[in-house]
Amino acid sequence: MIRRLFDIIANNAVPAVFIIISAFAIPLSGYSASYLIQELLTRIGRNSFLILSLLIPIMAGMGLNFGMVLGAMAGQIGLLFICDWGIVGIPGIVLACLIGTPIAIILGIFCGHVLNRAKGREMVTSYILGFFINGVYQMVVLYLMGWIIPITNPALLLSRGYGVRNAVSLLGIRGILDNLIPTVITGTQGAGQFFNAQGGNPFILLQIPLIDGSIRIPLATLIVIALFCVFIIWFRKTKLGQDMRAIGQNQAVSDSAGIPVNRTRIIAIVISTVLACYGQIIYLQNMGTLNTYNSHDQAGMFSIAALLIGGASVSRASIANVFLGVILFHLMFIVAPVAGKNLIGDAQIGEYFRVFVSYGIIAIALVLHAWKRNREREAARRSLRGNKGGE
Amino acid sequence: MIGRFIQNAGWPRIIIALFLLGLFIAAPFVGVRVDTSLSNTLVRFGMNGVMVLAMIPMVQAGCGLNFGLPLGIIAGLLGATLSIEWNTEILAKLVELGTVYKISWLNEVFVTNWRAALGFASAIIIAVPIAAVLGWFYGKLLNRVKGDEMMIATYVGFSSVSFMCIAWLLLPYKHPTMVWGYAGRGLRTTISVEGYWLHVLSDALALDIHTENIHLYIPTGMLIFFAVMAFLVWVFMRTKTGTAMTAVGSNPDFARASGVNVDRMRTIAVVMSTILGAVGIIVYEQSFGFIQLYMGPFYMALPAVASILLGGASVNKAGILNVVVGTFLFQGILTMTPSVINSYLQTDMSEVIRLIVSNGMILYALTRKVRAGR
Repeated sequence: MIRRLFDIIANNAVPAVFIIISAFAIPLSGYSASYLIQELLTRIGRNSFLILSLLIPIMAGMGLNFGMVLGAMAGQIGLLFICDWGIVGIPGIVLACLIGTPIAIILGIFCGHVLNRAKGREMVTSYILGFFINGVYQMVVLYLMGWIIPITNPALLLSRGYGVRNAVSLLGIRGILDNLIPTVITGTQGAGQFFNAQGGNPFILLQIPLIDGSIRIPLATLIVIALFCVFIIWFRKTKLGQDMRAIGQNQAVSDSAGIPVNRTRIIAIVISTVLACYGQIIYLQNMGTLNTYNSHDQAGMFSIAALLIGGASVSRASIANVFLGVILFHLMFIVAPVAGKNLIGDAQIGEYFRVFVSYGIIAIALVLHAWKRNREREAARRSLRGNKGGE
Repeated sequence: MIGRFIQNAGWPRIIIALFLLGLFIAAPFVGVRVDTSLSNTLVRFGMNGVMVLAMIPMVQAGCGLNFGLPLGIIAGLLGATLSIEWNTEILAKLVELGTVYKISWLNEVFVTNWRAALGFASAIIIAVPIAAVLGWFYGKLLNRVKGDEMMIATYVGFSSVSFMCIAWLLLPYKHPTMVWGYAGRGLRTTISVEGYWLHVLSDALALDIHTENIHLYIPTGMLIFFAVMAFLVWVFMRTKTGTAMTAVGSNPDFARASGVNVDRMRTIAVVMSTILGAVGIIVYEQSFGFIQLYMGPFYMALPAVASILLGGASVNKAGILNVVVGTFLFQGILTMTPSVINSYLQTDMSEVIRLIVSNGMILYALTRKVRAGR
């Protein structure tokens, strides 16, 4: 009974705490509802795909895939090439995905092999692997590009003639997917204002009188994300998906049941890496600038923190966790600095608080997971002894 | 014979050692002075040695690589900043003691001539208990998460650093050299230790030969300090407690069967590791000249972890020799690559090489087969 209560609290404590924090921080920040909704919609479109890419390795029992930054780097390399070739719009995004995919697959296979050699500590290994590949990525982008790998556009290159600049403008594909199907929700007064500011007509215009101002919806991005959710639901039901879930439950049993454990684990990581590649491309088309040497760094940490805040654990994560996580995490992202400023008079504190929460939440989730697992192991050992000592 | 040596040392170590040797050989040809490079390597060795030493107890006790080193570093930072904050008070107190007990030499010798050493000592004296308390809680935490220590240690380190970012802003420090000038509160991102305990170890008994042909600087004091710390750790690992600790790391079930309290040994190891981390960062700062706050300690665990692995340690076995060899190799590469490769290729590849070498080394160690199951 007590154990069950403990489990329920452990499973839902994190989202609950965040809902409470947000409940206090939102009024403190003084932001209007429509502003918050707009910001959240943008961020859901921007980040969900990256976070969704984490689900499959969790299903296969490989924990949080800190190696998703590998995929993010592959996506960035794709983007660098289309920038160089000057391909804009949807073709640009598709081409970036096409270039990124093989790189992501190769990196994913590599990552899968490495993780198979480090069973039981996949997370720390994938985490260090992220740093390692980051070194290789920097070497390629900073030294080989423009020297061995042809990059002709001088706007991309550093003044010394090789190596890519720190900030690359993605103006050609900025917001392309988000604005593919322009959709706006406006209140009655807001409409005119919006048309003045934007010029063109939105494709879909909804009027809901309660809202002041107007809210733009990245409809196409959301559709892509929804399709991807459907893919994951479908994937779970396939043979491969079932194999992965079996491996996640128990590797030894799966192995004796004839499931190729190592191969399936590699496939899980490859899928995750490729999806992270697409996720990063979607993320960057929304941001509009590529920080060549930093963009991918944060991708892993923020995605993992968001997923955990949504109530996922190291061994169990659902699509609902992803969206709850994005909303709660980014709500805090938006309001924390302003709330901090209004509360203590220093925006920097809210900023640090945000960082602290991101890391702290990952730490707590990992601790809870390990703790629970050790308790279960202990319980299993006791039951093996015939449980004479009593619980 | 050679094959066995290679097997024992491991390919990555040999490649890196040869690479470093190659760098030293190539140095004169590209106009980089070998003696200066060697001096720099020694200085960096002394700076980082104690922090690498901090890895030993935890590895030996089976807690894995201490990615939570930033926790110890934070204790060290608190000690360092507090020693500056209270510098005048501490010295005044000593003078007072001197007059009360009529020990005039205390005043003359210590307070006048050894101001810096006293400041440095006070930093360590303040830092050690803080580290012990933090380490105790950290150890208790790690006992509950056996098998997942490294990942959790990483995030304990990260969250403590980001928590302290808030604390550095809010703690009531007053000392004018440390707080932001315009606000009058909140510590600065970097604080100079000049005038307090800059180079107090490095310059003690330092050998500084600066003639036309030879530019050699050996921070004897700092190296002796490292040697003393290493010796203490060495002795400790051979006491009854130290042996029990090693037993816990080699085989926890066996250790428990022999009547060793596994959790207690692990806690002691983590406390020791945290304390060494705290002392290590103070040694680092006295040589570097600055206390780096806020995000400064964030990634400091990685070089230390990489160093000890480079020295031949594995995830559950480490000794003093691993520390000495590893720190020398790692810091040697950090010193030599910028100067030699830059003069050769005209670009700064040191950062990239550091990333690849250090993380490649950690990756190599993590993917080695260790005994099955914990």
